[in-house]
Amino acid sequence: MITFSEKQLKTPKMMRPVYLVTAGQSKFDRAQPDKRTEELCVDALTQAAELIEMTPAELKSHIHTCYYGHFADHFGDQLLGEAVIHDRLGLDPLGNIGIKTGGATGGSTLWEAAKAVASGYSDCVLAMGWERMDEVPTDEGNFLISCAADKDWESPLGHIYTGYYAVMAQKYWQVFGKQEDSFRKTLAEISVKHHGYARFNPYAQAPMKITVDDVLNSPVVANPLRALDACVMSVGAACAIICDEATAMELSKNSKHKPLRIWVTAASHTLRPADRRDMEIPLLPNEKADQYKDLGERFPGGDRYPGFTGFLAARMAAYYAYNMTGVKDPTEDFDVIELHDAFTISDVQSYEDVGIRPYGEGRDYVESGDCYHTNPKTGKPGKLPSNLSGGLIGCMHAVGATGIMQVFEIATHIWNRWAEIHGDEKRWKEFNREKPSDWTNLQVEGAKRAMAISHAGVGSHVTATILMDPDNLIKEDA
Amino acid sequence: MSMFGQVYVKNNQYKIKGDFHHLTPNIPIRSADENWKLLGVTNPRDMTYIHTYGGEAIFFESLSKGKLMASRCDNDKCEFKGTVYQPFRIHCPDCLGKNTVIDMTDLAKKTAKVHTFMVCERSGAFNLLDKPIKFINVEFEGVSTILMGYLSVGEPKIGMKVTPIFNTLDPTYTILDLSWVPEGTPEKDLPRGFSF
Repeated sequence: MITFSEKQLKTPKMMRPVYLVTAGQSKFDRAQPDKRTEELCVDALTQAAELIEMTPAELKSHIHTCYYGHFADHFGDQLLGEAVIHDRLGLDPLGNIGIKTGGATGGSTLWEAAKAVASGYSDCVLAMGWERMDEVPTDEGNFLISCAADKDWESPLGHIYTGYYAVMAQKYWQVFGKQEDSFRKTLAEISVKHHGYARFNPYAQAPMKITVDDVLNSPVVANPLRALDACVMSVGAACAIICDEATAMELSKNSKHKPLRIWVTAASHTLRPADRRDMEIPLLPNEKADQYKDLGERFPGGDRYPGFTGFLAARMAAYYAYNMTGVKDPTEDFDVIELHDAFTISDVQSYEDVGIRPYGEGRDYVESGDCYHTNPKTGKPGKLPSNLSGGLIGCMHAVGATGIMQVFEIATHIWNRWAEIHGDEKRWKEFNREKPSDWTNLQVEGAKRAMAISHAGVGSHVTATILMDPDNLIKEDA
Repeated sequence: MSMFGQVYVKNNQYKIKGDFHHLTPNIPIRSADENWKLLGVTNPRDMTYIHTYGGEAIFFESLSKGKLMASRCDNDKCEFKGTVYQPFRIHCPDCLGKNTVIDMTDLAKKTAKVHTFMVCERSGAFNLLDKPIKFINVEFEGVSTILMGYLSVGEPKIGMKVTPIFNTLDPTYTILDLSWVPEGTPEKDLPRGFSF
């Protein structure tokens, strides 16, 4: 479709308030040969129970249905891996279902879980996501990932997903980046920032203290993208417990934190970027009807929307989410955000899709310093810090778990427990990782509202998850 | 003696002949860190799938004959009647009516140009293209969508005019049978098996 009916644009509505009560995650790494996937899932669920001062058995006794995000059966050579995990978590005979939407699998799992509670079907559900990408060598892994592209029209072309993605990067680089060295440096800054924040996260797989020059001198993957512009491939699990209000209050009796309101929206676009027809830019609440009429003049070649430069699915997920929750301006209304930084350039594209900056001006979010925990230009808190976990570039991309890891991360800020969870010496030791001597507390002080964007390759599926402190809603009846 | 798996269709049923999988033994994986204790096993898999092109078969068959087919919605009741699709769509994505198959070889020869591109040094397993792979996305006048492909000669550039070439000598009956070269490329420079 290239035009949308009113019914399709309807603001989604949940039948009752839904809460994120707790969450947990395993260690993330490129390979974890010492653990089966179920052991990683047990680690995640055990942490979720511990954070609300419960035993796993006590927490399990409240769960009514289960939603499992696991993208790639063929990576682990196990069809219906969800059933294996469900059995090993000891959750029979509860109903469970597997969810797969590529890189957005984690976000989509939360989407299904939240709807199950909102509808009244369940009062307490488990959303668990995982991925195991260490059971084949990298070449074969690239082949398996490329199977997510159209198998007759795209996959035979190199069997390399990066190639299908990078044509979008090239177009953005030439049209909106104008091939400027300064823009290339801005992209490198994103990598420096995400690898740098990963240093303070014991769960993270790729902590690095690097410079812009290190990024610019790393091997070319697909020009202008270099190795350090790309996300990592990971093994790990993450989970969330989502409830109605009464159950949320009951489960939080002994918890140090209060349950948070959660909303999840989703959108899609054909997985063949080449097959995307031109359309008008759907507007977010902070944009005006005529604001993009001269986009093609300011950025020659930028008048074809979404073309190869915008992610319509991200725009629509934000459109539904903002209208549902009353968000008018993401930079003003959110305190912290996690974006799907598969590549540095797609991170910039996302700033525009979700309205942090207008189309064509995404780079300013980095260059202004707004995206940092502490703005390097002013020394004051960043206006909207992003990817303090390290994101997909610095922390992990265990596909089915990624969207849930992001939500775990933003929740820890609103719970004011970031330092406790990320600074715990015991956890650093357990993961056999060295806590840096300059470890820094990245807690966003006074955080009340946050968003996470979960995104499938080339933008075929995108979800937006919004968390809010229940005493700081924007729209009371959301 | 092993034989490649072969398939044909009779009475709308698959008839298969040959080997569709090969047996390879499992091998233990041991830890060099912990006195070679057992950690797991390898699980070899080598098998052949059977896949139908259905209504898209004419597109792939036509490539082997040097023709680029597209499809067009001709449904009078469709809001987007007349829209031309490349990649070929069997059904109109709006009205879901069956599209008309059209030959757009001449249109491609006259109007194809590079919308965006990517030169990729790496590939996944089972890749059959020479590296670096020069991915190009090709736009055409009067066609609503863009087609992904690869450039066989020269260096890609946005806006560059390109011409389709077809593997008619030894077709694979896949999208690899269609490639592109810069406008004006002489026939002698085409890769083996390809012609205009």
